[in-house]
Amino acid sequence: MANQGHHTPWWKYFTFNTDHKVIGIQYLVTTFIFYLIGGVLAGGVRTELATPEVDFVSREIYNSLFTLHGTIMIFLWIVPAGTGAFGNYLIPLMIGARDMAFPRLNAIAFWMIPPGGALLIGSFFVEPPQAGWTSYPPLSEIASNSGQIMWILSLLILGTSSILGAVNFLTTILKMRTPGMTLYQMPLFCWSMIAASILILISTPVLAGALILLMFDIVAGTAFFNPTGGGDPVVYQHMFWFYSHPAVYIMILPVFGIISDVLPVHARKPIFGYTAIAYSSLAISFLGLVVWAHHMFTSGTPGWLRMFFMIATMIIAVPTGIKIFSWVATVWGGKIELNSAMLFSLGFVSMFVIGGLSGVMVASVPFDIHVHDTYFVVAHIHYVLFGGSVFGLYAGIYHWFPKMTGRKLNEPLGITHFVLNFIGFNMCFLPMHWLGLQGMPRRVAEYDPQFTFVNQICSVGSLLLAISTVPFLINAIWSWIGGKQVGANPWRALTLEWQTASPPPEENFLENPVLWSGPYDYGIDNVHRDSDKPVEELLSEVQGNAR
Amino acid sequence: MNIPNSIVTLIAGIVLTLISLWYGQNHGLMPVAASEEAPLVDSLFNAMMTIATGLFILVQGIIVIAIIRFRRRRGDTSDGPPIDGNLSLEIVWTAIPTIMVLAIALYSFEIYNAMGGLDSAASGSGRNNPELAQKPGSAIAAPMPKERDGEDLAAGVGASPGREGSAADVVVDVKGMQYAWIFTYPDSGIVAGELHVPAGKDIKLNITASDVLHAFWIPQFRIKQDAIPGSTNQLRFHPQKIGDYPIICAELCGAYHGVMKTRIIVESPEEFQQWRQERIASSETDNNQLSMLAPSEKTPSDAEYASRYVEEKMGIDQQVLQQLH
Ligand code: HEM
Ligand SMILES: [Cu+2]
Ligand SMILES: [Cu+2]
Repeated sequence: MANQGHHTPWWKYFTFNTDHKVIGIQYLVTTFIFYLIGGVLAGGVRTELATPEVDFVSREIYNSLFTLHGTIMIFLWIVPAGTGAFGNYLIPLMIGARDMAFPRLNAIAFWMIPPGGALLIGSFFVEPPQAGWTSYPPLSEIASNSGQIMWILSLLILGTSSILGAVNFLTTILKMRTPGMTLYQMPLFCWSMIAASILILISTPVLAGALILLMFDIVAGTAFFNPTGGGDPVVYQHMFWFYSHPAVYIMILPVFGIISDVLPVHARKPIFGYTAIAYSSLAISFLGLVVWAHHMFTSGTPGWLRMFFMIATMIIAVPTGIKIFSWVATVWGGKIELNSAMLFSLGFVSMFVIGGLSGVMVASVPFDIHVHDTYFVVAHIHYVLFGGSVFGLYAGIYHWFPKMTGRKLNEPLGITHFVLNFIGFNMCFLPMHWLGLQGMPRRVAEYDPQFTFVNQICSVGSLLLAISTVPFLINAIWSWIGGKQVGANPWRALTLEWQTASPPPEENFLENPVLWSGPYDYGIDNVHRDSDKPVEELLSEVQGNAR
Repeated sequence: MNIPNSIVTLIAGIVLTLISLWYGQNHGLMPVAASEEAPLVDSLFNAMMTIATGLFILVQGIIVIAIIRFRRRRGDTSDGPPIDGNLSLEIVWTAIPTIMVLAIALYSFEIYNAMGGLDSAASGSGRNNPELAQKPGSAIAAPMPKERDGEDLAAGVGASPGREGSAADVVVDVKGMQYAWIFTYPDSGIVAGELHVPAGKDIKLNITASDVLHAFWIPQFRIKQDAIPGSTNQLRFHPQKIGDYPIICAELCGAYHGVMKTRIIVESPEEFQQWRQERIASSETDNNQLSMLAPSEKTPSDAEYASRYVEEKMGIDQQVLQQLH
């Protein structure tokens, strides 16, 4: 019956399956494996930086380590995990649909990830690309040509996959909601996916354009970006950042959605300011499209243009601040359950605040002129992407693992994971602010010996980060096989995905689900779905209650 | 809200403000300020640090207090109060950040203007240099573009408001290449691997690159400008404190990016004149000093490279230079 939970045979995860839940888990596991690979590369970077001299890898290999680290973390972990994994798994369940709007397209989008990843990793063994994840020409046109081409092809494949996904998310959210569900009754994760999908659709094609022109320059000897033939390398930067700034919101918006859905459940309080959070996602999406040149304040951008991009960028702090204050107000006065999901969510909020504050700082042109391309920026991106996106994705994993597998993750292991991760993260990345301000540029294999001690602190922090992954991996594998079994709704949550069995049956719901409350109506009619009761019983109980 | 509670809040607010004000001025995070521009940037940074410290403590404080005060008690399965918004609170926390970022934007604007960032002569398109980039390793000492001061329309940081339109005291053409900086003083023809400038004077650099992107950065001066092959960007500044400071390449430019460093030597105007005379006199003789060369072979061994780098006077003699021309 429905509450029994429907377990998909393991081999189905290796097939071209069109069930959005299978695809979501395929995305999650695949991208997590890439996360581990990206982490190993970062470990190589930090090992090299434990001493000021170049002694662990060659300079060329060092450059390809951070190039692949950045590219993998962004294009094969954060983007596809936030959108592909959580978007696919959650959207149909949250809006009471049976599947995504275009299930085959969905499967195709997923199956583009492994070849894209293989191509990228393969480039390391052919001729390691060394121009950074930004791959600015002319360097990217003269260093490791064949590796660079593989890098370009890989990104074109991954970008296409991302676009296919976005088309699917938008159509599904707009067209497939269960009868009676208005946009304002959707969980906030769906709003954030609308905002992220719009960004993907508008900006990714521009990246594709830049990459194709870059490839022409390399293979056909054209001179779009090559000054030797009269081209302009700065044009590439404009095209690249027209995508890659929105990309940071593509990476954080789904996570904003995850946090907005996890906090209320474990604080037992309605989300504070639903409409403000929903609209601020759209505002961020719109503003995110007109700030790209803040990455180019030292690229010879004219002064007045720098001022425009500075002000536009700073304004993004307003909708972002609205979200942060709303989350804090959500937990304030609640009944906070400090479990792993909650710890990672609160960890997200507090780390993201730091990244947001340093973000406003680097938006300020005179200050950014000093810190651009230094470790200050490395610190900033990690506070938003790691302390932000990664912590949020972990929160989502702890929260929805019972839905996906019918079993809970072990709490003591989860808390150990959080504590190690939190300490390691801050130890690794907080001192980098100081390094950048004092004069250490980024992307260097050797540095001034005066920075040795602080770099060693960072390296020890990265070791802790690596270690923190161990309890998580043990936990995930062990709990999946033999963790504590749960019923349909172990967290007593109110969003629709918890109204069906865990894991949900093939078409999610036995009939079109009925909205028995708003997604965040905690404390209102005191309806608590007991985790052990069958869904049907709960349903009749609650409907009785409502009458 | 009862009275003791609001007193506690008030005291917490005052303490938070005091801590922020103190830390904003005393964080000690910046290196020595050695140019006229540096204190401007630092005062801006201090203001941002003050606000950031306050917001940081505020948000983290509320989270920590919430965790302590609102922990779910064992066995309590009830929900919290059904508060789902508060219009006036939301207006306040939309308005306050809006005002704050506008204030920071305005302040940044002021500082940027004071640094010369809005000099109209420095706001045009920087693409005026017909000189073409070369593949690395070739034409190491290609001739510098010959520009008269003020004629070019390079984007970058120009003259500060009081000095707009006036010519700089010292003009230097800067060229970045894999993996060295070459400084040419167009008025005297001096070519050097280290940048000598007189303290207290108005210095203008015309920055370009010959192969890939580089970035010219002096942390103690708080200034940076990308060196872009195919265009020239200007950077005007005023060194103040006598001493040596590092010039660092801040834009990934290849395998040896991390060692693309040299020095700026800020001297008294007299010492600078003396250095200048000596260099003009010796420029006819052999042993001219030039910064390290780009490695001619594609990947020299580290030892080879380092030896070239460590020898203070990266000697390539005039003969080699001539061959390269
Ligand atoms: C596992 C722990 C991690 C460590 C120890 C680490 C370490 C580093 C270091 C040292 C750099 C600087 C390389 C350099 O510029 O010289 C770097 C760059 C970067 N990291 Fe991480 N990182 C980690 C996780 C992440 C995550 C989760 C993301 C997610 C998006 C990420 C994204 C980036 C990006 C985009 C860059 C810039 C790459 C480039 O310069 O081309 N990192 N990382
Ligand atoms: Cu950006
Ligand atoms: Cu360089």
